[in-house]
Amino acid sequence: MSPRPGPVFLERRGYRQRRMLDAARVLPMLGLVLLGVPLLWPNGGAEAMPTSHAMIYIFGVWALLALASAVLVSRLSDLAADDPETPKPTGPVSGAEIAPATGPEIGPR
Amino acid sequence: MASLNLLVAVSLIYVAFLFAVAFGAERAAMKGRAGWLRSPVVYTLSLSIYCTAWTFYGAVGYAARSGLEYLTIYIGPSIVMIGWVWALRKIVRIGRSQRITSVADLISSRYGKSNLLAVAVTLIAVVGTTPYIALQLQSVTQSVAAFAAADPSIVLPADNRATALWVAAGLAAFTVLFGTRNLDSNERHHGVVMAIALEAVVKLCALLAVGIFTVWGIGGGVGQTLARIDASAQLGQWQMAPGRWSGLIFLSGAALLCLPRMFQVLVVENEDERHLRTASWAFPAYMIAMSLFVMPIAVAGLSMLPEGANPDMFVLTLPLSEGHTGLAVFSFLGGFSSATSMVIVAAIALSTMVSNHIVMPIWLSLSGKGAMVSGDVRHVVIMARRISIIGVLFLGYLYYRLSGGGTALAAIGLISFSGVAQFLPSMLGGIFWRGATRNGAFAGLLLGFAIWLWCLFLPSFGDGVVLPAGVIANGPWGLGWLRPHALFSITGLDPLVHGVLWSVLLNTLAFTGLSIFSFPSPMERLQGAQFVNVYQHSASPRGWTGGTAQSEDLMIMAQRLLGAREAQKLFQSEAARQGVQGYLPDPNADFLQRLERELSGSVGAATAHAMVGQIVGGAAVSVEDLMAVADEAAQIMEYSNQLEAKSDELLRTARQLRDANAKLTQLSVQKDAFLSQISHELRTPMTSIRAFSEILRDAPGLSEPQKHKYANIIHDETVRLTRLLDDLLDLAVLENGQVSLNITRARLGDILDHALAAAGGDPSALKLRRDKPREGLWLQTDTDRLAQVFINLIANARKYCDATTPELRIAVRTGEGSLMVDFIDNGAGIETDQQTLIFEKFARIGDQKAGGAGLGLAICREIMARLEGSITYLPGQGGAAFRVTLPMPAANAAQ
Repeated sequence: MSPRPGPVFLERRGYRQRRMLDAARVLPMLGLVLLGVPLLWPNGGAEAMPTSHAMIYIFGVWALLALASAVLVSRLSDLAADDPETPKPTGPVSGAEIAPATGPEIGPR
Repeated sequence: MASLNLLVAVSLIYVAFLFAVAFGAERAAMKGRAGWLRSPVVYTLSLSIYCTAWTFYGAVGYAARSGLEYLTIYIGPSIVMIGWVWALRKIVRIGRSQRITSVADLISSRYGKSNLLAVAVTLIAVVGTTPYIALQLQSVTQSVAAFAAADPSIVLPADNRATALWVAAGLAAFTVLFGTRNLDSNERHHGVVMAIALEAVVKLCALLAVGIFTVWGIGGGVGQTLARIDASAQLGQWQMAPGRWSGLIFLSGAALLCLPRMFQVLVVENEDERHLRTASWAFPAYMIAMSLFVMPIAVAGLSMLPEGANPDMFVLTLPLSEGHTGLAVFSFLGGFSSATSMVIVAAIALSTMVSNHIVMPIWLSLSGKGAMVSGDVRHVVIMARRISIIGVLFLGYLYYRLSGGGTALAAIGLISFSGVAQFLPSMLGGIFWRGATRNGAFAGLLLGFAIWLWCLFLPSFGDGVVLPAGVIANGPWGLGWLRPHALFSITGLDPLVHGVLWSVLLNTLAFTGLSIFSFPSPMERLQGAQFVNVYQHSASPRGWTGGTAQSEDLMIMAQRLLGAREAQKLFQSEAARQGVQGYLPDPNADFLQRLERELSGSVGAATAHAMVGQIVGGAAVSVEDLMAVADEAAQIMEYSNQLEAKSDELLRTARQLRDANAKLTQLSVQKDAFLSQISHELRTPMTSIRAFSEILRDAPGLSEPQKHKYANIIHDETVRLTRLLDDLLDLAVLENGQVSLNITRARLGDILDHALAAAGGDPSALKLRRDKPREGLWLQTDTDRLAQVFINLIANARKYCDATTPELRIAVRTGEGSLMVDFIDNGAGIETDQQTLIFEKFARIGDQKAGGAGLGLAICREIMARLEGSITYLPGQGGAAFRVTLPMPAANAAQ
């Protein structure tokens, strides 16, 4: 069951798609961290957080997460997210791909 | 005022409308116009069955009691959905490629299609879901009661159980009608999905309507509402137990993956994997909308309704108290929708599990005739499913009756979540870790379930109902470390967090521990690879090693499960694919897999596997089979390596043979040339000897000088002949190794001087460049023979060097344990293709007229071999160059 060797470098489009998927993976973690912030708030007492502020914060973060997810999903094309783990061989390596601006993409993970 | 009759009428119209929608959707799907039915929006809306009546009504009550903690129930699933790339995408892909029918099917399929595991999962799911169904029935009866309370003209029967019974019966009818229309899970429940999508819209709109009414109708806008929330004595400030906040987010997130009804809509009813992407943001958005107005409604209810009003019913009683009957009825429909959609899907999911994993295996073994009896068993499966649906709903009703519909039921929501969360380790472990084994999954499930029963489920009935109060306070038999709310005597945790923590933790530990130390069966390993690497190969697992299976038996069985027409179509298409005439394809492994997968869509993977197994006979795949395959592959590789090596060797040999052949051909040409040459060489002196001897014999009167002259000629020619014959003899002796060496001591310079003198010829014709200082070496060798070699080389240079001023350089070098004497002239040298030939006997280069029989260098080579040295041609020196090499000991010995 050895993984088939995929291409080591992807052309720019495929590279972008991979990064979009990475962002989609990171998003829930970001959400957990941001929604874990309420754990740090003082619990009751004189300087307690008013409920309205707590609601604005939590709903704000939540809505931003949903919005970010919508943006990410809209930028995922049908082609790339189909089988991200087994990249289809895409066209020849373009010069731009190796340029440090984008950095190399390591093949099968 | 609110009229109960109006409520009943509206409800009936609504239910009739739902029936019509479901029926219309089924009709459209049958006619193939289901495209719009299967949009991502419908998929997302169907996911909203996560929001049950418990969340519709209960969230407000929850908020009124515990503040913002209710948000955790919505945040957990939102995060899991936003992180769809991690788990959901994989589960959906697996579900589609393996034709998974339920969460029990997923787990049993992953762990080697084990039916025992499927039964365990099914039982846990039933135990965990039944109270939840009871909760829905309770919410409907409570909401009806709330209406009745507002209408003094109506007196409801003393207990409202009749309502619950009617609701349960109605739901059973709907579910049976639309949930068991078809058997193949591939043809999904279009009617049901459409109905619950519609209900999702209704409940969202209802809650939003009540919320908008609360904020803008009676609250005076957003600013005032927020101010009122902050001013509330109980809810004005953020108060949260950190353990509950994070624990409940985890629990509700796990529930999204593990709840049987969620699995049904997420995976089984999923039409297109891409719908997940839409759901990844639309579902959280739905959750936000559902929870946005909960807090304002709770605060308004607390401040405006009389003390002691049930906060769970604020959504209903708030509009009622303000005299907005229409809004209240709409709100009721929302709650009714939440309850019914949840019950319908849960009943379908549970009935699939119960009929596939419990009823069918029992029926198959009880009927005793195995899988080969003829006759349609589809009716058995469908009947099993219908009975299961009714049974599940009846259990829910029974639970509602027994628990008395009190407040104890309200707490059951989270406890139900934590019950199904026990699937999480086996599920995630199964799809991400190939090392997960059946034993591990089984142990983890059982342990987690047991702890859940002890710590959460049994105490949930209240002190003294199932567990005596003494046991809860002091532990069974006075064993303090077994107290349900303080396992291992760790106190101070919230009971729910305590139960979830211990059950999931020990479940995971048992699962991983046993997985590491047990060994999976071949089937488990195959399925494990299939599940974990689902993106790499969405192909089917290798299963049956066919051959003994009878196609006709398979056909009989398939007809019973798929229906005659479908089965015949399947068999015919397979036969056509195999190129076989008629309906009966060869039962090869591919076909058996395909058939098994089709069947598993109807009866689940484990049962389908068992049924095909009965006919095919024997184990699907054994370690021996795997080893045989592996061995075969290894042998093939070995063989191909050998072939490669052999072919290399052959290539080398062929090349050597070609070289040898070329050499032989060249030699043969040379030999022919030599034979004619030698005949010529022998003939010429013979002719002159004969001619002159005849003259001497026959011609009288020859003068004395003439006689002398002729005799001289005869003598010279004889000498020439003798030399030729000597050479030939010499070579023959050398080649046979019969020569005896005469070892003497001499300086290299002296030998060279002697050779130069012996070579004869005109000394001035060849210019010599020697390296006198280096020639002082003493040699211990057969100096005569060595001199013979040198003579030959010098004579050759004299004869063949074609430069205008011929020059011979004699270079002496020592090194690498040998002495090298190079003879380099400034002539044209020897052609590359001739270089290998010059040391051969009879070899003569070109058509030079310089006489000689072509034996000189051959003799040199033989001599040098006897002296344990060598003579080679040295290419690239600007002329003909020969290197004579002698071993150094021979040179050194004389120093």
